[in-house]
Amino acid sequence: MFGYEFYVDPSRCIGCQSCVEACEECETHRGVSMINFDYLDRHEMAGTAAYVCWHCEEPTCAMVCPADAIKVGEDGVVRSALKPRCIACSNCVLACPFGIPKVIPEYEQMMKCDMCYDRTSVGKRPMCATVCPSQALSYVKPEEIARRREEPENVFVFGNQSVKTRVNMMMPPGTDAVSIDVVDYMWEGHLGQAWK
Amino acid sequence: MAKLAASPEELRKRFGPHLQYAPPGGWADESRNPAEKLVKTHCCFCGQQCGIQLKVRDNRVIGFEPWEEFPFNRGKLCPKGVKRYLQSGHPDRLLDPLLRDATDFRKAAWDEALDFTARRIREIQQQYGNDAVAMYGGASLTTEKSYLVGKFARLAIGTRHVDYNGRLCMVSAGVAYKLAFGVDRSPIPWSDIPKADVLFIIGSNIGDCSPITTDYVWRCRDRGGKLIVADPRLNPISRNADLFLPVRPGTDLALLKGMLHVILRDGLEDKQFIAEHTTGFDAVKESVAAWDPQRVAAITGVPPENIEKAAYWIAEAERAIALHARGLEHQSKGVENCLAVINIVLATGHIGRDGCGAAMITGQGNGQGGREHGQKCDQLPGQRQLTDPAAREHVAKVWGIAPDELPQPGLTAAEIMEAIHRGEIKALLCMCFNPLISLPDANYTREALEKLEFFGVIDFFLSETAQHADVVLAGSLQEEEEGLTCNVEGRVIHIQKATDPPGNARTDTSILCELARRLDRGKYFPFETSRQVLDELREASRGGHADYYGITYERVDEQMGLFWPCPSLDHPGTPRLFEGGVSFHEDGKCRFNVTEWRESGDPIDDEFPVYLTTGRVVSQYLSGTQTRRLGGLVDIYPEPKLEIHPQLAVRYGIADGDLVTITTRRAEITLAALVTKTIRPDTVFIPYHWPGNKSANRLTHRTLDPRSKIPEFKVSACKLRKAEAQV
Repeated sequence: MFGYEFYVDPSRCIGCQSCVEACEECETHRGVSMINFDYLDRHEMAGTAAYVCWHCEEPTCAMVCPADAIKVGEDGVVRSALKPRCIACSNCVLACPFGIPKVIPEYEQMMKCDMCYDRTSVGKRPMCATVCPSQALSYVKPEEIARRREEPENVFVFGNQSVKTRVNMMMPPGTDAVSIDVVDYMWEGHLGQAWK
Repeated sequence: MAKLAASPEELRKRFGPHLQYAPPGGWADESRNPAEKLVKTHCCFCGQQCGIQLKVRDNRVIGFEPWEEFPFNRGKLCPKGVKRYLQSGHPDRLLDPLLRDATDFRKAAWDEALDFTARRIREIQQQYGNDAVAMYGGASLTTEKSYLVGKFARLAIGTRHVDYNGRLCMVSAGVAYKLAFGVDRSPIPWSDIPKADVLFIIGSNIGDCSPITTDYVWRCRDRGGKLIVADPRLNPISRNADLFLPVRPGTDLALLKGMLHVILRDGLEDKQFIAEHTTGFDAVKESVAAWDPQRVAAITGVPPENIEKAAYWIAEAERAIALHARGLEHQSKGVENCLAVINIVLATGHIGRDGCGAAMITGQGNGQGGREHGQKCDQLPGQRQLTDPAAREHVAKVWGIAPDELPQPGLTAAEIMEAIHRGEIKALLCMCFNPLISLPDANYTREALEKLEFFGVIDFFLSETAQHADVVLAGSLQEEEEGLTCNVEGRVIHIQKATDPPGNARTDTSILCELARRLDRGKYFPFETSRQVLDELREASRGGHADYYGITYERVDEQMGLFWPCPSLDHPGTPRLFEGGVSFHEDGKCRFNVTEWRESGDPIDDEFPVYLTTGRVVSQYLSGTQTRRLGGLVDIYPEPKLEIHPQLAVRYGIADGDLVTITTRRAEITLAALVTKTIRPDTVFIPYHWPGNKSANRLTHRTLDPRSKIPEFKVSACKLRKAEAQV
């Protein structure tokens, strides 16, 4: 749908998993949900996050695919692996910095969120963003998102890799980029300074 | 005769719950074929009544499509709404009436089942009197069916004892709003919520229990609105609050009195509104004089400065809305709690303008419409009082009887079960109610059911309660019969028929009418369609507060819902009540009501030192009769866990995942622990949707609010120990 963008806002997520349940209704992957859903740390808080594929400008999954099976459409949507080409090697699964692609064993194919190509191509919003009751997943025009407290951000830094995405993360105002450096989370005493 | 016909395991094997994951025909095959039609209707579950389009083929619902044009939810759905369609064609669905002998349920023909039901009702009435038979209805029924339940019980059975499971849901708020405003309805359309400058949510876990309302809350915050949440748990809404008040279970009234104390102490009240639009202010002012923040803090566990802050934010806001739900209402002082919210709203003049008000968040699907037209024990259609001679005369005339033929008010839902236990009520006809799971003190409920001399059930699945029945009449799902419901806002909406009942199952309306005929009262039940029932209901409600005279299916479709009161066919409906501060009382004034503090009916002590509170999870609905059969929903939260704070858990040596035995003064159950910092360390939480030895309501107690007769589900005393056997 022209002029619409996708926004993910975990601060608004209520953990209902409506997106997870609705995703498997889609025509192109019936019975298989492509939503990634996590309790961030249920022992510490009720926070949850539901997210779709971030649809990178330069998708790592496509770069590492040995079979050239992962294509980006003219609309910027990164598609599931092409069935005739995919060899189900899981390179993409291992390489994606967001942990999005899944290899479905029974289909021997990598499948992922294609932003409901079957819906958006006929003027409907993606299923998950349509049903989400809490604005955690939204497919709206930028002028609508501008009315929110949070601000959209679409540059993610993973160590030396900087990834620009089609899908936006809603951030508290004043945040430039999302840093998800694994080293920051590691126990220093174990592997020492070898990483730095 | 009402003991189980077979072992629970055997019954489970035959009648479920079995988990349905895929639509009829399976994901890959038949269900890929396109739908024959898309039916614009509403979700069958909670009081939000979200608009949804059901895909139908071959008399089955095969999927759904969001309905983005419907203004309340704009296509949004919670997981229950997403998976609701899987009930159509569910393997557990009852396709024939069932009759029970000593050892088994067997399929029966309709004539045999209906004749048996009618005969047993009359035999018991001849032996013990008319009121020895009681009837239960439910708030998931359409408004037409709810109306029929009230009429059927009083006219066909001829008993005074008819009540419904909304008694476990909305009645505290209902009593309070009638006392304060003269009418029982949410005063505001939900479109007012984003306009508020301050939103005060107390006793309502919106994310889990009314998920779509989250959208309105976030829109309010995006406009700059501040969010205050009072709850014993840091749930998905309260973790975003600008001010979180972690109130101790059962002490909400103290918190509310303290907030009003601050408002009046500092002269923050709206003196002009109080003078022009209210009565009873002075007595209420006096009643909160002793409730200073220090005292309130000691009782509630909320810091005194935050009590002050909450009071100031609300009082100084140009517009404020207070929303409350079962957390406030499921207490033995549930009515007082709601009145205390209303007192704050009245004192600050936050009512009758856009972006202002107090509102209950209705829980059950037709929690609003189901409580308006006569299935409550003291009520006649149009929200009329059964004791009011003018109301009796009006309704008797519509029904073609003498006013004296109308029984007087009977017992409420929980009291009916107690009368059964005492042996005073001998027979029960139950429709759309699963009291074995939803009433408190479940072992007591089971004992009562086992004492019944006759127990008939009208339902579409064999619920845990229905397993005790002598006869089960296979009824209809929501999408199998046309009708109206009324959503959380007071918006009357149209449930479209999508399919016929499958197999030999029948519509609930036709079952009641056939039964009435066999009770020799058929002339009062000549209905062949829901439309005919609605036409009579419109007349019966005419002139009452819940006036539906101007409401037709066509008008509802045209306007995407119509808010009552709607007294004539050209009336636009009434989205916001009490405009200009004018209530439904004869003098037009809003009434302050004095609230009296008292302890819970099941107080903590040295032996039972921990508060137990119960509630819901987002993926299950009420007693789980429907949602425990839907695979995707069960996977989200498969069985109840005990939520416990690490500070409390460590005292008992409990680690996450350990089995914990929870004991109250009535029973004990054993559940796995979810150790989490999102709950007060003096409180544990268990969701109540499950049966048997995982049933939270085995633990709860039967203390009722004296006016609303709602049970105190939200406050019990318990003790904990790590279970001896760990799996």
